[in-house]
Amino acid sequence: MNIDQVQKKLLAAARADQPSDRVPYAFEKRIMARLKDSPVADVLAYWERMLWRATAPCAAIMIALSAWTFYTAQGNGSEINLEDTVLAPVQLASE
Amino acid sequence: MDPGDDELIRAVLDGKTDHFELLIQRYQSRVFATARRYARREDEIEDVVQEVFIKAFQKLSSFRRDAPFEHWLMRLAVRTCYDFLRGHQRNRESTFTEISDEESNWLDRFNANPADTTEHSQAAKELVRKVLEQLPPPARLVITLLEIEERSVKEISALTGWSVPLVKVRAFRARAAMRKILEKMAREKYL
Repeated sequence: MNIDQVQKKLLAAARADQPSDRVPYAFEKRIMARLKDSPVADVLAYWERMLWRATAPCAAIMIALSAWTFYTAQGNGSEINLEDTVLAPVQLASE
Repeated sequence: MDPGDDELIRAVLDGKTDHFELLIQRYQSRVFATARRYARREDEIEDVVQEVFIKAFQKLSSFRRDAPFEHWLMRLAVRTCYDFLRGHQRNRESTFTEISDEESNWLDRFNANPADTTEHSQAAKELVRKVLEQLPPPARLVITLLEIEERSVKEISALTGWSVPLVKVRAFRARAAMRKILEKMAREKYL
């Protein structure tokens, strides 16, 4: 038996066999009743809403932290401390 | 005049959920035809279609209006059918059915005279259904979309969410898997 030919013929048979598009009586009513009975939350939409709500507090915290860092860094010589800290391994190696 | 899809979708998203019924009425026959390609029993087909519309309702807010609603819905339908195939994989493996006398006769006629054997007979349609049911879910999906519905690789990629090279690889494997099933069938019948 030529398998390629059988395969082609059977695929042609499948193409010729168009599935029915018949719809059971009042099927849309059944779905609508189901939707009304169990309103399931859209997880994505819920997540999106929560993210938007979190935007303002996150921005406020970011601004507060930036201000705090800026004002505490001024006048206490922390830039020097930072420089010492960053260059400490180099200084140790040279000693 | 009937309201357009966009109008109905906007109404549903504004809380007028009853408008979704019109969308179901408009597209349910197409979704039923798609589901019938993958599920055989009528109760399974109804479950698949119901799931498609429930998912569509729940995800309606994620529908972007850059493509028609029908395309979005059919993508959802194909993916739900694929999930159905994957969920019923174990059943498929355990319910291997022998070919009937009519199907066996069709094969005999085909073997004797391939050119004169019609593909329009019920036996040929049943036989191809049985062969497709034995394919793994990705193979069955890709054969149905590519060879039976005659869609392009690009279209299949959009429908399934698989990349174009993956569709090509799966199509190649699917044809090979189908060939293997037919070889086994021929061996059992003629040896």
